[in-house]
Amino acid sequence: MTHYAAPIKAKFWTPGVVVLAVLMAAGAAAIAARFIGGIGYVSNLTTARPWGLWIGVDVASGVALAAGGFTTAFLAHIIGRHYYEAVVRPALLTAVLGYTFVVLGLLVDIGRSWAIWKPMLYWNPTSVLFEVAMCVMLYLNVLYIEFLPIVVERFKGRVKLPGLLAVLNGPLDGLLKLADTVLPKIMWFFIIAGVVLSCMHQSSLGSLMLIAPTKLHPLWYTPMLPLLFLTSAIAVGYPMVVFEATLATTSLKLDGEMNILTPLTRVTLFLLGLYLALKVGDMVVRGTYVYLLDFTAQTNAFIIEVLFGVIVPWLMLLSPKLRRSRRALFIACTMIVGGVLVNRINVFVVGYRPPISEANYFPAIGEVLVTVGLIAALMFVYRFIVTYLPVLNKPEQEVSA
Amino acid sequence: MGLNRRNFFKLVTAAGAAVAGSDGAAHAWQSRAPSDSVGCLVDLTRCIGCRKCEEACNRVNRLPPPDRAFEDLTLLDKKRRPDERTYTVVNRHVSGEIDARDQLVPTFVKLQCMHCQDPACASACIVGALTKKENGTVHYDVSKCIGCRYCMVACPFEIPAYEYHDPITPRVMKCTFCYERVHSENKLPGCAEICPVEAITFGRRSDLIDAARQRIKKNPGRYIDHVYGEKEVGGTSWIYLSGVSFERVGFNALPETPIPRLAESIQHALFSYLWSPIVLFGMLGGVMWASKDKRDRSGNGKKGGGQ
Repeated sequence: MTHYAAPIKAKFWTPGVVVLAVLMAAGAAAIAARFIGGIGYVSNLTTARPWGLWIGVDVASGVALAAGGFTTAFLAHIIGRHYYEAVVRPALLTAVLGYTFVVLGLLVDIGRSWAIWKPMLYWNPTSVLFEVAMCVMLYLNVLYIEFLPIVVERFKGRVKLPGLLAVLNGPLDGLLKLADTVLPKIMWFFIIAGVVLSCMHQSSLGSLMLIAPTKLHPLWYTPMLPLLFLTSAIAVGYPMVVFEATLATTSLKLDGEMNILTPLTRVTLFLLGLYLALKVGDMVVRGTYVYLLDFTAQTNAFIIEVLFGVIVPWLMLLSPKLRRSRRALFIACTMIVGGVLVNRINVFVVGYRPPISEANYFPAIGEVLVTVGLIAALMFVYRFIVTYLPVLNKPEQEVSA
Repeated sequence: MGLNRRNFFKLVTAAGAAVAGSDGAAHAWQSRAPSDSVGCLVDLTRCIGCRKCEEACNRVNRLPPPDRAFEDLTLLDKKRRPDERTYTVVNRHVSGEIDARDQLVPTFVKLQCMHCQDPACASACIVGALTKKENGTVHYDVSKCIGCRYCMVACPFEIPAYEYHDPITPRVMKCTFCYERVHSENKLPGCAEICPVEAITFGRRSDLIDAARQRIKKNPGRYIDHVYGEKEVGGTSWIYLSGVSFERVGFNALPETPIPRLAESIQHALFSYLWSPIVLFGMLGGVMWASKDKRDRSGNGKKGGGQ
């Protein structure tokens, strides 16, 4: 099986991209409002509900759904399954963009965006958030280094800057050639570091809520939260690759890559099953199943999360026939991705009930616009990068031609 | 797929074992509460709801002027919470108790930061902007704060408020325990100084607990046998005496375990000396090296996309 990534030769400004640009403009307006009138001007956040949509979706879900990056790096480069090489670059790009937008989301959410560097100077080792922040910062740099070879491959020997900048052509090309010699020799370190850093902060994102035992609903509050966050992040890695590859190859009319995606999701059966077993086991051991028939917003959200986000797609993946069907596999993987998304929203927003003020929270239109705008911007930049850099696989016919 | 599954399994079990191991480590967790902290004892049976403490707090902390005058007691008709312009509020609760003339007896409850012995906010704070001072104050240093609001997530009393309408330099706002007055100027906190009925007693926390116990012993009919804050969340610097059950006047039942204990124990078990990342790095390095060998032997080695 040969694999050959190349820039996509397709029109950039399709109607879909125009829609993305409109959503980005709406998000930009909401972000401008946040930096003029304050967080309170665009959001429904309060004393009792300090974290809302931005932390639940932009940050927590953003990190979880970028897990395709380290799980594919593990598969193709650590245990050497080169058969899956074709999905590594798109997954890596998703992770690079995912984490970049996590940081952008954080810049909107934290009150003093200009002070975001301060945790590097003032350390608080007892803080789970401090550890998460350090890991995310380091991992973002690791991801950029892992992505460098793609940039080098595209521009090495082809640096042609216009006008006066032309004097830089020589030195820049030298730099790229140097990177091309050095990077392959040291990349092993960054690949392993990426997996280690991911395991650390994916789990610690779960530990974050252990500081709120009186606030988080018992269906989610468990000492197992870090393990559940880690296993669900690992389990969602390959389904996210399928989700993203199917969307990209469909919209750009490329080869569907089912010969890779079908075997890739076989291991998901085990990983998602493990997550399900841990989650159900935890519920049985702690006896929290007594809440299941409460019919409150919390318990309903939990049932939806586990039933449609884990159990149904797991049963679907059990069937080899469904795994080979492009449509069925896409549906199952979308449900798994949605399940992890709902889980993160549940832990950080829906399941969070301050017992004294019993304050409710529903995201304001401004918060929704910021989140939608950031996701649209992520997709826009993804589309831009795959158009100009060798990330996605060339269609088969062009390879043979 | 055998190798693949096995390695994933190793990874997951390593993480699982580490979390499971934290049970044992939980016993090693040590409270970092200062031995000689100061505190305040609030006697709810004495408070008359005059709001003088609110006024004094506003004055000594130079907080913005209130929308309605402090003399306006109709504010007590609604339950309030401390907010970004108010470090302390007094609420009127009606527990159902009636006096000799069949009138409902109100209970007034002053709310402010409890200054926990093992504060969840200080444990959670990403930059250590919140700290437990030697004298017991939970102190906020705005120069370190980045505005993540994790302290507000952590606080079991829902106390820290935020200046949500300041776009660039918002602050976390909460009772300072008049740190400068108490620590440097040897004065009482503004609220304790002004209270006309001695409902707020300032002193050493251990002495206050003894005093509270004495009052209950001398007057068992007046008080219920519970000092709120003596044991709640491992103890707080502000403690309360009441004539009616605390749950009926707006206090929530809290565990006696300090809030940060579980999270800190797990973090410590997983990451002390960074042992788990180092072990994981070594394991993955070994697996990578071994599978690289295999690839070279079978001759299907091909330069990877990311490499």
